[in-house]
Amino acid sequence: MKPAVKGIAVNTFRESARNKMFYLLVFFGILFALSSKLVSFLTLGDAMKVLKDTGLAAINFFCVLIAIFTGINLVYKEIEKKTAYNILSKPVSRDEFIIGKFLGLALTMLTALGAMAVIFFVFVAVSGGGFDLKIAVYFLMLYLELLIIIAISLLFSSFTTPILSFIFTVSLYLIGQIIWTYNEFAKYLAIPLWRAFTQVLYYLLPNLNKFNIKSQVVMGTALDPWALLFSGLYALGYVLALLALTILVFRRREFQ
Amino acid sequence: MKALEIKGLKKSFRSNFLLRKYNILKGIDLDVEKGEIYGFLGPNGAGKTTTIKCVMGLLAPDAGEILVDGQPARRTAARQRIGFLPENPYFYDYLTAREFLFFSASLFNLPATEVKDRVAALIHRVGLSGREDLKLRKFSKGMIQRLGLAQALVNDPDLLILDEPFSGLDPVGRKDLRTLILSLREAGKTIFFSSHILQDMELMVDRVGIILDGAIRRQGKLSELISRSTQYYEVVCDHISAKELSRIQPVFVRRDGQFIITLASDADVNLVVESIIHNSGRIVAVNPVKMTLEDIFFSEMAGEAFRDPTSRSGGTGGPGRPAATGEKT
Repeated sequence: MKPAVKGIAVNTFRESARNKMFYLLVFFGILFALSSKLVSFLTLGDAMKVLKDTGLAAINFFCVLIAIFTGINLVYKEIEKKTAYNILSKPVSRDEFIIGKFLGLALTMLTALGAMAVIFFVFVAVSGGGFDLKIAVYFLMLYLELLIIIAISLLFSSFTTPILSFIFTVSLYLIGQIIWTYNEFAKYLAIPLWRAFTQVLYYLLPNLNKFNIKSQVVMGTALDPWALLFSGLYALGYVLALLALTILVFRRREFQ
Repeated sequence: MKALEIKGLKKSFRSNFLLRKYNILKGIDLDVEKGEIYGFLGPNGAGKTTTIKCVMGLLAPDAGEILVDGQPARRTAARQRIGFLPENPYFYDYLTAREFLFFSASLFNLPATEVKDRVAALIHRVGLSGREDLKLRKFSKGMIQRLGLAQALVNDPDLLILDEPFSGLDPVGRKDLRTLILSLREAGKTIFFSSHILQDMELMVDRVGIILDGAIRRQGKLSELISRSTQYYEVVCDHISAKELSRIQPVFVRRDGQFIITLASDADVNLVVESIIHNSGRIVAVNPVKMTLEDIFFSEMAGEAFRDPTSRSGGTGGPGRPAATGEKT
């Protein structure tokens, strides 16, 4: 890795790590994950399933929140406060700037998710659940989903304000959860143009449902390794495409 | 080879809504020799910062060419030997001064052992010793400016580009900065700095370029610009009455018990001095007054107002010559 990219990535991570909001969200993520124990007491049925279900949902929610909030401010703040001038006036290309920012945020998310995951594993073990490899796979899938979310927020933050970035990123995240229905929906459309349009949207917009394996993890059903591998490749391809688009946008950006 | 060469630089911006085009730079031509201090002088809004941003690759020019040490400035590698201090710098407030300088150095691919010594030396050089581990959010504007200068020097640049480096500095800070810039020139560095503070510029620069309304109006060695300009003389005398003096030279000013006579040529000076001595007056001083940079700047400003019939800034002021309209007490 080029020293400049590494320097920008480390500094981005340091910025997040010194932000109180980051710790607050990680703390609440852990708190809500642990409060799943309370929910399992109040619910009928398999307490461990409820604990895993609600705990993983809490971690998912707070990680997505951290990814969106950190990502949307990433480039915008650099431009608004003119700190980007200091970096881009050095022998650093705009491509390196964007890649460094992305890697720094990816490291931030790895730390946040890692902290929550370790605590959750310990919690499940203490609750008599033992180590569950499927939960580890769940966290891996969640991390891939988070990489796509930070790449989306990075794209928007490179050319618009945090408020609009937030609206666009949240909208894409929500669409990403239900986009798999578009393909099914397209089959029932009579007009070919509409059918083609719906299918274009299906392939263009992020299909985040690919990374959702919570029901298999909680219910203990088998995971399809090929589907997991495909999801990994999908995440890699989607992130690279988003980064390429962000770089194209950012190359044209003027710093007035 | 020049340290910096700008040829026919043009830049315009469009407003967001009406897409009206504003020509900010209308063809900048300037060149900076190696090892000199070049002052880029102009009022606010003249295009100084826009020019510098084009050099640093923060803005893409519409037309023209920018060469740094012979290679196009748009190339990332061209910035390897440049140090840059932006106008009103703002740095990451969650970092300490030392962390920030290490971060800046990391962007240059410098050897780690070299960086450690250089950062320590720079902290001392810009007068931030004892504050290197303080978070930048606790820094004053002057301290940020000093740190900005340190980060601009972290790669030991050949060319230093400073955008309004004196803004926000107190008199001590300004003197320190002047000393530092002069010592950098002694070390063979080239310094290009923009300012609208004439006093600082006149004290340091070798050459000056005056930018007005997006174009260079005058460029040259400061000594040449000043000596080429019109001079006048001030004769100061006393031990003579106003009545006697008015017979010799009817136009004069009285100040602190002395008389000041303003004369256009040295021939006039000889005649007037002889007459005063002949009338038992005493010559206190004969001062040849050269045109200052301020005079040149304001005459260009006045010329600009004259050139632009739509301008409302007709009263920008002249060179501030003594008003030779008769006796004033």
